Amino acid sequence: MIDIEGLRVRFGVNEVVHGVSLAVLRGGSFGLVGESGSGKSTILRAYSGLNPEWTGAMRLNGAELGRRRDRAFFRRVQMVFQDPYGSLHPRQTVDRALNEPLIVHGLGDRDARIARALSDVSLPGNVRFRYPHQLSGGQRQRVAIARSLMAEPDVLLLDEPTSALDVSVQAEVLNLLRDLQERRGLTYLLVSHNLAVVAHLCSTIGVMQGGDLVETLSANDLRAGRVRHPHTAELRALTVELEKDEAQPATAG
Amino acid sequence: MLVAISNLRIAFSTPNGWAEAVRGVSLTLGREKLGIVGESGSGKSLTARSLLRLLPGNARVQADRLAFDGIDVLTASEKQMRAIRGKRAGLILQDPKYSLNPVITAGDQVAEAWRAHKGGSKRAARQAAADLLAQVRIRDPARVANAYPHELSGGMGQRVMIAMMLAPDPELLIADEPTSALDATVQAEILRLMEDLVSRRGMGLLLISHDLPLVGHFCDRVAVMYAGRVVEELRAGELAHARHPYTRGLLDCLPRLSHPEARLPVMQRDPAWLRA
Amino acid sequence: MIVTRDWLLTEAPASRGQAAWGRRYRLWLQLRRNPLAMAGLLVILALIALSLLAPWLATHDPGVQDLSNRLARPSAAHWLGTDELGRDVYSRLLYGGRITLGMVVAVVVLVAPLGLAVGCVAGYAGGIWDRLLMRVTDVFLAFPRLILALAFVAALRPGVTSAVAAIALTAWPPYARLARAETLGLRGTDFIAAVRLCGAGPGRIVLRHIAPLCLPSLIVRVTLDMSSIILTAAGLGFLGMGAQPPSPEWGAMIATARRFILEQWWVPTAPGLAIFVASLAFNLLGDGLRDVLDPKQGA
Repeated sequence: MIDIEGLRVRFGVNEVVHGVSLAVLRGGSFGLVGESGSGKSTILRAYSGLNPEWTGAMRLNGAELGRRRDRAFFRRVQMVFQDPYGSLHPRQTVDRALNEPLIVHGLGDRDARIARALSDVSLPGNVRFRYPHQLSGGQRQRVAIARSLMAEPDVLLLDEPTSALDVSVQAEVLNLLRDLQERRGLTYLLVSHNLAVVAHLCSTIGVMQGGDLVETLSANDLRAGRVRHPHTAELRALTVELEKDEAQPATAG
Repeated sequence: MLVAISNLRIAFSTPNGWAEAVRGVSLTLGREKLGIVGESGSGKSLTARSLLRLLPGNARVQADRLAFDGIDVLTASEKQMRAIRGKRAGLILQDPKYSLNPVITAGDQVAEAWRAHKGGSKRAARQAAADLLAQVRIRDPARVANAYPHELSGGMGQRVMIAMMLAPDPELLIADEPTSALDATVQAEILRLMEDLVSRRGMGLLLISHDLPLVGHFCDRVAVMYAGRVVEELRAGELAHARHPYTRGLLDCLPRLSHPEARLPVMQRDPAWLRA
Repeated sequence: MIVTRDWLLTEAPASRGQAAWGRRYRLWLQLRRNPLAMAGLLVILALIALSLLAPWLATHDPGVQDLSNRLARPSAAHWLGTDELGRDVYSRLLYGGRITLGMVVAVVVLVAPLGLAVGCVAGYAGGIWDRLLMRVTDVFLAFPRLILALAFVAALRPGVTSAVAAIALTAWPPYARLARAETLGLRGTDFIAAVRLCGAGPGRIVLRHIAPLCLPSLIVRVTLDMSSIILTAAGLGFLGMGAQPPSPEWGAMIATARRFILEQWWVPTAPGLAIFVASLAFNLLGDGLRDVLDPKQGA
């Protein structure tokens, strides 16, 4: 479904992604982990068409993607942003935000579609005419997910979709994303700094460091500790160390 | 006892009357590391800030006792408070980008902080600043001292911030989400650094965070806040034996690398927690 | 449908209209808490009402001269006295409000959309468009306002229309700058990126998503600018480049009465006070609106 080959992205003179290749099958989910500045979000933005300064090859379902994306591309590929406070227009109601893709793509039957979208992300119907500032962070992120699903895309690009949320809300949103994938056969490309989140949602994981994809491995290998690259091992160790505390009560260092 | 808080209540005036954000919090802190954990809106930051009287103007603070080293913060004069703020108690905030002055070099800011409390010549201050930067384990203190905040990484900026706060030899360090803006590897380093400095200097540390496992790992005690109350207080090592359903929920709803689950348990909030 | 307070303030509106009106009502409630802004608003409404109702409120025809009764003191017959041609100052003031305030409205109607369009396009398009439009803006900004207006009016025929055009010509650049600055800040936000990812074209993004967010700061700026527009209009009138006699424009009234400012002080004082009150009222309202409409606030 998603094919990226030898992708390089530069900002001015700095090359921030040095030739990354990855592939995601239809209905699959691929997670990119790495620290800030590792270039993981940049890959997502280049694929979505938000950043046209790239070289290499990117394909959607076998079709080559150019610098400029046409409207048809945006029907098939959508993105969910990290910060639910920043990704919703502050002066537009939920209704207006969900209407936008329908208007742009000329889809009819809008009322029914919006009502269905809200129920798909488990939001009550009465949030429909509220403004973002009247919603909680979790509700906003649900609206953002609903918006990305309005035009019924095949691919969802998820840029740290839960890192701005409280952990209890994070669990709800992760469950929602998993349900949606099962129900609609969506393909996910997820970016996160949280190893546990990525492993929870994705079967294949790519570890980024300094603009390079240093290791690609399955979630099971990551869980079992079958890692090859030291950076992967380091990230894994940090996560496992914190998880260990609660599992076996010992005096903390 | 360095900090004694008893039945602290903080309310904000809104057009519809007073809205209580902190509803009867009691805590004590000696020369130890206490973590306050809670989700956004739980009142954890307000509790810590009320100690330094750093709340917005429309806040109303009431408490049976709110004391820093025996000084009653509620009735202390502004002069007394200035002597506490920054000097006896340092505050470290989430993002060093916003807490450091962008047009002054890191070294000068640390030196200035040192001079403001200790006096002395500029030369001595600069020497002290270099010392402090070395203490926060900056490998190349000379380079960092001459750098402007925007030239520093997030972790480096946070170290500079800590160095500034250490300048007056405070007795208490309040850290409000000090590592949430940092990468996991840097986060661990900064916390280890703070832990080390606090135990070596015999200071008290109040660590405020939303990350329960992290706080449990670095603190001696953890107070879990929910909707303006402390619902459970426990020793860090006993996290696994947490009794309150909210604390349990906070731990259970985390995805785990070591134990895969198809669905994450979702927290069912019990209205009784608000009264408990 | 009954419009009630509860209907407006509900947290769960049932329709687009209710949501929009609810938001407006909240803004209104916020503005109402600011007594100075409300005073400004009331004064402005009163001035507009007085001007509109001039034919009914005026005691005399503003153009009729009575040379036997020149420069009369305020009296029962002439509430604010008479000018150098024996015309009733009170009546002229009322009719003058139509011209002065009318000029202000005309300028705003011309300037705000122009500035908004130029600024938003420059800010969103960036690159060569941005440089081109902003240099043009700079050229206009570099001229002293009154001098440019003077030159413009002098080149045309002095009169209300050319005065409005001249003031508009010199007043739009700050709006373009403001709109551009706002747009630059908005261009990089996630919610605009999200609209782009919906597949919306640049025209739709600027018009439907960016311009509405620039509007509040523009409105604030306009109200704060009103006073300076009034003063420029009055200044042009004073210099004989605005409304032509016998039209009773406030600035022109002061200009013709300046010779008597020491002996018959009441003649220029009345229009002077009118300009002062109107300017002050607009400024107070502008300040209040800034507090309410500031885009950085949640509501």
